Amino acid sequence: MMNSMHMREAVKAGDLLPLADKERPRVGAALATLFLSILFLVLPALAARAMDIQQVTSPKGITAWLVEDYSVPIVAVRFVFDGGSTQDPVGKEGLANLMTGLFDEGAGPLDSEAFQIRLDDAGAEMSFEETRDGVYGSMRMLAEQRDEAFDLLRLAVNEPRFDQAPIDRIRAQILSGIIATENDPDTVAQHKWARAIYGDHPYSRSDQGSRQSIAAITQDDLKTLHKAVFARGGLHVAVVGAIDAETLKKKLDMVFGDLPQKQALTPVADVEPKLAQRLEVNYDLPQTSLQLAWPGVKRKSADFFPAVLMNEILGGGTFTSRLYQEVREKRGLAYGVNSSLVNQDHADALIVTTGTRSDRVAETLGIVRDVARQLAEDGPTEAELAATKKYLIGAYAISNLDSSSSIAATLVELQLDDLGIDYMQRRAGYINAVTLDQVKAAAKKLLTAEPTIMVVGPPLAGAGKG
Amino acid sequence: MTFQAEWLQGTLLATSLAFTLTGSALADSAVPPNTKSAEFKVTDFLLDNGMEVVVIPDHRAPIVTHMVWYKIGSADEPPGKSGIAHFFEHLMFKATTHHAAGEFDRAVSDIGGSNNAFTSYDYTAFHETVAPSALEQMMGFEADRMRNLILTDDVIKTERDVILEERRSRIDNNPQAVLDEEVDATLWQNQPYRIPVIGWMQEMEQLNRIDATAFYDKYYRPNNAVLIVAGDVEPAMVKALAEKTYGKVARGPNLPPRIRPVEPEQNTKRTVTLSDARVSVPSFSTQWVVPSYHTAKPGEAEALDLLAEILGGGNRSRLYQALVVQQGIASSAGAYFQGTMLDDTNFTVYGAPRGDAKLADVEAAVDAEVARIASGGVTADELEKAKDRYVRSMVFARDKQDSMAEIYGSTLATGGNVQDVQQWPDRIRKVTADEIKAVAARYLVLACSTTGYLLPQQQAGN
Repeated sequence: MMNSMHMREAVKAGDLLPLADKERPRVGAALATLFLSILFLVLPALAARAMDIQQVTSPKGITAWLVEDYSVPIVAVRFVFDGGSTQDPVGKEGLANLMTGLFDEGAGPLDSEAFQIRLDDAGAEMSFEETRDGVYGSMRMLAEQRDEAFDLLRLAVNEPRFDQAPIDRIRAQILSGIIATENDPDTVAQHKWARAIYGDHPYSRSDQGSRQSIAAITQDDLKTLHKAVFARGGLHVAVVGAIDAETLKKKLDMVFGDLPQKQALTPVADVEPKLAQRLEVNYDLPQTSLQLAWPGVKRKSADFFPAVLMNEILGGGTFTSRLYQEVREKRGLAYGVNSSLVNQDHADALIVTTGTRSDRVAETLGIVRDVARQLAEDGPTEAELAATKKYLIGAYAISNLDSSSSIAATLVELQLDDLGIDYMQRRAGYINAVTLDQVKAAAKKLLTAEPTIMVVGPPLAGAGKG
Repeated sequence: MTFQAEWLQGTLLATSLAFTLTGSALADSAVPPNTKSAEFKVTDFLLDNGMEVVVIPDHRAPIVTHMVWYKIGSADEPPGKSGIAHFFEHLMFKATTHHAAGEFDRAVSDIGGSNNAFTSYDYTAFHETVAPSALEQMMGFEADRMRNLILTDDVIKTERDVILEERRSRIDNNPQAVLDEEVDATLWQNQPYRIPVIGWMQEMEQLNRIDATAFYDKYYRPNNAVLIVAGDVEPAMVKALAEKTYGKVARGPNLPPRIRPVEPEQNTKRTVTLSDARVSVPSFSTQWVVPSYHTAKPGEAEALDLLAEILGGGNRSRLYQALVVQQGIASSAGAYFQGTMLDDTNFTVYGAPRGDAKLADVEAAVDAEVARIASGGVTADELEKAKDRYVRSMVFARDKQDSMAEIYGSTLATGGNVQDVQQWPDRIRKVTADEIKAVAARYLVLACSTTGYLLPQQQAGN
């Protein structure tokens, strides 16, 4: 399961997945990051049944948030260490990604084969992945085989072996993935986008790495990164399911208690995405993709909630957003159109994506820009704002609490953002307190900027086939 | 994966046991003993107008998943009208005599709910996830649009443009999807699964109001629908609300049994090749026609499920271990079986080379593993572990309310019933090694298969 992250499978996903009516298009890899839960986070209106989150601190001082629940006999664990692919040394891009592929490939006394057999016998699923800013681990286990599962997690976290054979195998799989997309216009475009937006900031680099950079990675590099990142100082943990606080304390000490105290991370500078650029990747495609970037807003900023409400109204998660109505419903220009506020640790942006038939690109781009301009000039209506507040307040449970794993993931993000264990109770208040003038100000501030626009498709000049 | 970037999600496969493929769910018997687990009881009943209702209580969160499944999919479309089932799914979001266009969507978003719909070969489903207090309102909207849509030429034209863009983004922009579509059209010589769910472009362009109205009147009836409600509800309440809303919709004429053209005997090995400049690493997949849960003899589909798991279900599978780990010639290799289908279905193996390995070597190695399992069968240990994985995947599935709803919905829409879902783990447990060897030998015959090759531009086919 874990390795699938590094490969482009020849599986016919189209056959496996029914056609959903209204899918959101992909956001480009270059800017893609944690879509902060915050986009949807709020307390369910039914606070009467608010989730009971316990803060548990182990004897060795490891803290976790726990939601104890016995209705399904499983336990879901999610944790994160600060420092993801931004920590890749220059020339060794792809290091964090390769590392996350190796935690179930041998640990402690167990080689790759033995570890995977034990994991399978323990009835558990384990996965690791990196983002630009963090290395995440997840585990899902059956309550009755909890002990074996936690023991394997302890080995993976503390004593990954990084044996040469699995290094070479996983590296070869990642390399295949890199080569496979070298001529894919979407991938080419996302690399171009990242370089244009971020210049020489680490965010501009490919987290998969390049042919050359992954070839340069050694076992020592992996051990060094593991040691630098896997330390208690940068750790956040959440656990959901059939386990009580006392048992969890023992497990926390066992899994994380012997890690070093301090991380050794390379500092990463903040960066403003470079706007007002026009990027074109010319390729004779039946449909042209469009991606636009406006300035974003920091998670800690006072403008955050006004901007979140503004983004929902512009093109957020509902079928009632302005972009959805104008681009898709009224004109049939696109299947998918949406906007996202992307928050990373060191950069923020508002990204709009859509795609349309090549001869309708100019019209579609015009509509998108008009919708943004109009929102910047006039702001939303009172009615739109009221409806959007209701949406954001009600959407929390549905978007973020629909399984043990998603609850655990949500609790980790809340800790990362330092929002407090009672945040869910406070959130509706933050949203309700936002005024129309604040949303108007956020729209003006973000959407009057000249966006960076990328067009992937046949050349625009002299329309028609390129 | 909740907070994974979307592009990354796109590359992730389902876990070794893709639930969407197995028409499976958890019966009480699969709950491990000695765990404090809430009772898990599914209730089903019929409304007077023939609508089936299934209630799956789950009281962990104040959320309810409400789904209406229509027993109509792309494989039921009239000849020349491909894409009408999916197009109609889109049209269901338009104005009705009681509600303006967008009013339903607004009602859902006003309460922070989520709603969507999807279409497959055998069914079309509409779903909302909301607070339980909004359940009656959702039922009201769904019952209304079952019969009261207003379809105008303007609405049809604009939405048709949307599905054409959807086709461009899903299929035409993507060489793998273009190949897959034509592999299906080659594997299936007679069965309507040869036609893509989204439709052929030139037929989609011609879909019109008359087609849509005829389709609506025939299929969108309570006696052709299954209601699934999963979440923080009680069966008695669901029943009362369903009678108040759906119960008021008039029963339609009895629909004839869903008997579609069936596949003739397959006697040839076919290959389908697409070379494209966007492809830099070649890949292949080979497919066979096999029975589904609905068409198989007792135990055969369960055996095929376990065969797919042992042969190529995950990184402990034979294909992965042999080709990726031991021989080191593949970046990926696996197998899957789509059991939850109304008619015969397909069994697929696939692989892609890595490093200097050639696609032909990967294909030969996959074929060798298929031959080995057909002649030598599986070990007792492999079989037990595969069964364990299935049973635990059902425990994990119970953790997600909408997966449970989808398991029941897709099973009931493809000829199964609630008991089939509940007894599934026991039937899986009963499968023997001999039965797995038998289905492999019977169905995975290379001389009667279809292979698709996705190749770089400059590379000649095999």
